[in-house]
Amino acid sequence: MAMDVLHKVPVREQDPKVRATNFEEVCYGYNEEEAKIEAERCIDCKKPLCVQGCPVNIDIPGFIRQVKQGNYEEAAKVIGLSSALPAICGRVCPQETQCEGRCIRGIKGEPISIGKLERFVADWSHEHNIVAAEKGEPNGKKVAVVGAGPAGLTCAGDLAKLGYDVTIFEALHQPGGVLLYGIPEFRLPKEKIVAKEIEVVKNLGVKIECNVIIGKSITIDELLNEEGFDAVFVGSGAGLPKFMGIPGENANGVFSANEFLTRNNLMKAFKDYDTPIMRAKKVVVVGGGNVAMDAARTALRLGAEVHVVYRRSEAELPARVEEVHHAKEEGVIFDLLQNPTEILMDENDNVRGMKIVKMELGEPDASGRRKPVEIPGSEYEIDCDAVIMSLGTSPNPLISSTTKGLEINSHKCIIAEEETGKTSKEGVYAGGDAVTGAATVILAMEAGKAGAKGIHEYLSNH
Amino acid sequence: MYKILEAEMLADKIYRMVVEAPYVARSCQPGEFLIVKMDERGERIPLTICDFDREKGTVDIIFQVVGASTFRMAELQAGDAFEDVVGPLGNPSDFIKEPLEEVKKKHYCFIAGGVGAAPIYPQVKWFHQQGIECDVILGTRTHDTLIMEKQLEAVATNLYVCTDDGSYKAHGNVCVVLEDLVKNQGKHYDVVVAIGPMIMMKFVCQLTKDLNIPTIVSMNPIMVDGTGMCGACRVQVGDQIKFACVDGPEFDGHLIDWALAMKRMNTYKSEEGRAMLKVQEGATHHGGCGNCGGDK
Repeated sequence: MAMDVLHKVPVREQDPKVRATNFEEVCYGYNEEEAKIEAERCIDCKKPLCVQGCPVNIDIPGFIRQVKQGNYEEAAKVIGLSSALPAICGRVCPQETQCEGRCIRGIKGEPISIGKLERFVADWSHEHNIVAAEKGEPNGKKVAVVGAGPAGLTCAGDLAKLGYDVTIFEALHQPGGVLLYGIPEFRLPKEKIVAKEIEVVKNLGVKIECNVIIGKSITIDELLNEEGFDAVFVGSGAGLPKFMGIPGENANGVFSANEFLTRNNLMKAFKDYDTPIMRAKKVVVVGGGNVAMDAARTALRLGAEVHVVYRRSEAELPARVEEVHHAKEEGVIFDLLQNPTEILMDENDNVRGMKIVKMELGEPDASGRRKPVEIPGSEYEIDCDAVIMSLGTSPNPLISSTTKGLEINSHKCIIAEEETGKTSKEGVYAGGDAVTGAATVILAMEAGKAGAKGIHEYLSNH
Repeated sequence: MYKILEAEMLADKIYRMVVEAPYVARSCQPGEFLIVKMDERGERIPLTICDFDREKGTVDIIFQVVGASTFRMAELQAGDAFEDVVGPLGNPSDFIKEPLEEVKKKHYCFIAGGVGAAPIYPQVKWFHQQGIECDVILGTRTHDTLIMEKQLEAVATNLYVCTDDGSYKAHGNVCVVLEDLVKNQGKHYDVVVAIGPMIMMKFVCQLTKDLNIPTIVSMNPIMVDGTGMCGACRVQVGDQIKFACVDGPEFDGHLIDWALAMKRMNTYKSEEGRAMLKVQEGATHHGGCGNCGGDK
């Protein structure tokens, strides 16, 4: 294979027609040869902008240098200094707006495929059982982490490396949070990748207790005052799904994306487990984010014709470009600049269709995006037997309502300092979706790192 | 793993188990529920907490076989274990949060239908422990499906048992008994708490609306995570959509949209039925129904 400096080494993927019918991973990733060629495209900038674009500041040129030389173990260790979950980030980070979005190579051609290189290194190191990070000398201090998602796992890993005795409490029956219940198997394999990355965190000495719901099973005050924890990090994630408030939304066959994905991913409904999932003939997914793409592509794999209805245009779709591209390749139909006004039901309250109005873009709104405006008289009906609402979430009240002195903002998100995760309550730190509202895996990891730093500073002076 | 210490069949398709679940036992309150998952393949099943022992770290659960998962669960014996038990979930009953003095001023009538006796029991027991009087109406289809009579008798001030078919004690449903108590027996109730099948709660609420008695019901809609994440358990309460797992499970029964709540229970009916057949028919299940494609 010859190197083309302007273009990425293309990554091998499952054929769209085939993968639309299975839950195997879409992208095969680079092999050694491809990774080395791609790494050679990196010009090793003196002031690497990619590192600034990375929320956890991985030494990107540093690890790519090792890949060029075939020192994959060293490459894994360079990444391991900054990231606890590289095989996951290599797959789900929005690289085009982060590291790759800043890459100098991207000015004249395509940026370096940093995500795919990270993924290659991480997968290689899992296959070769490389220990990329070691646990620290025990310092005798105990920290509790709430939630075993990306924020909690990252925070726990960083604290364990510093010698803390860390226990993660997870409400669900398996650790992973959104990596498990939200992101589907075909984008992020659970056994092969998520379970292995969690194993790495456990190998740092982190204990994970599942089926413990903080705020109910035990409160944060009890953890601090009775169970001997010196500090707590809250990474409890996003919460209650939002609905539109349009007529018919409680019809049978209307699901939140969270419900649909949880049934499929966490409860493995696609695998013939006991939890049922609706295998609809024609599904409308409302929303344009990554979660909407995941729901659409999952419904497609379960056998449906799938329409994504989004009120703005393609340019405003919040989902990663790669996800939109993959969804289209697989046959998801995008009905853009359209918005549902009503869900239609049959005599048994089952979904039978949807009323949709067409939109056009007006003046930019507070978010800077052009505001969609209804086109009068453009309403039409579409037949469908299921609707999946993917409109984001609002925070879960379980922790804030049961923890004295923990302040929340008007959106009911926990208030925490960005640099340290420090909250209004002494010894309690927070980060991830519980603080910011629904965001990305890597931003949650960044917040987990900040929380670990904040807790370390606090307990070092305490 | 969460060990099963006792397991018994109370009546046809109704089972009781005592399960080790220290985190649930240490903090649960009347009105709350838990979720069990029996094994890797199992569903997360919300169940009411019938009783608990804080010192032993155990909880009592009672469930009825309604689908494939509960059918499999019924086969578990003492010594077996659930893979997962999580809780407590939901909110404690309102009277737990009210000042005790206020609760003492009111006359409560608890109405349990069928397996609803299980969640009613810890509430009545709480009244008993606080030394507050309360009446209990326990209704069931027929004598053979009656459960918890002795336990409720021990904690209720007055227990009224009735069967739909008249095979035991009073003949008629719980509404007949309540109406008789209020209209003919000179009973006055300030609050009714009704827990049982949706249809029973609906009719109790219709009656208590006429009788002008505020009524609390406990909703048990379809749930997945039970922690406020999936939104499957949404219930129309007045003009608001509530999530039973984090806003409930107990609500003002006079505000519930019963027709909607009952229809939502049917979401997975055909899927459930097929799954049930598959478990029951075991190796002989080859998709004879023409719907599910057998094992494929």
